[in-house]
Amino acid sequence: MEIPYTIKARPDTGLINAKLGIWLFLASEVMLFGALFSSYILLRVGAVEWPHHVLDVPLATVNTAVLITSSITMVMSWASLMMKDFKRYKMYMGATILLGFVFLTIKYFEYSHHIEAGEIPSKSTFFAIYFTMTGLHMLHVIGGMIVNSYFWGPGSKMWKTEPERFTNRIEVAGLYWHFVDLVWIFLFPVLYLL
Amino acid sequence: MDIFIPRPLLIVGERMEAAHAEDVKKHVKVYITVFVSLLALTIITVTISYFNLSVVPAIIVALIIASIKGSLVASYFMHLISEKKMIYAALTLTVVFFLVLIFIPLLAMSDRIH
Repeated sequence: MEIPYTIKARPDTGLINAKLGIWLFLASEVMLFGALFSSYILLRVGAVEWPHHVLDVPLATVNTAVLITSSITMVMSWASLMMKDFKRYKMYMGATILLGFVFLTIKYFEYSHHIEAGEIPSKSTFFAIYFTMTGLHMLHVIGGMIVNSYFWGPGSKMWKTEPERFTNRIEVAGLYWHFVDLVWIFLFPVLYLL
Repeated sequence: MDIFIPRPLLIVGERMEAAHAEDVKKHVKVYITVFVSLLALTIITVTISYFNLSVVPAIIVALIIASIKGSLVASYFMHLISEKKMIYAALTLTVVFFLVLIFIPLLAMSDRIH
């Protein structure tokens, strides 16, 4: 069965189906993370004291830069396909995946340090919300990396047969990846700086 | 159809909905500008966090900077600056419900006051 509106926009929405689909999914993701941010506010205003700068700010700053860089490599991978440059696409998408690994590695060192120091979720409300929010975000990074790896590897065969459809797929994967970056942009100051 | 696109500055509001390779080349410059701005804003927000501002101004400044960064990512990397009405409609609804969610803790606070 042929999937409709993968290349041509659907007349009533003006969009390809996948694009509307990912935006609706991202809307649900906004509510998921929104609930956690709301919980954070509730916990924080109810707390007698709240730790300041107890997390590794320099390391998290590097991680922020890593994720921002991965966002531009992601958008460049889509732009490369728009310019019909598949080799460049592979390079930028490869870099995006690699930067995802760098992010996870840095996060691994951060988590290890906290666990060794006994700073686990049961230690305080702060560490409970820290592990919940960053853990959920990390799962999103892993999910994005799996999708991106598929499009870098076996999924990229579609470029030869249906280049426009493949380009649209990368745009949709990019929207998800940028959203993950966007969530971190708010998580970083909320958990590390304030 | 070719659309005349005014030069930089002006890049703000430029249609990011690329249809031609030429348009995409112009967009690449915008992406790089956004990328550099995001890095600069990250450094600024980290630096300010070491100023030991009191809690309320610190939260306001950090959230303003994060909102600017978030808007840059959403507008340019996610092309929201020139999207279809259907997406704006879905996101408007999302923003309304998100705000309700965020303000729920304030209701709890006003409960405590009364």
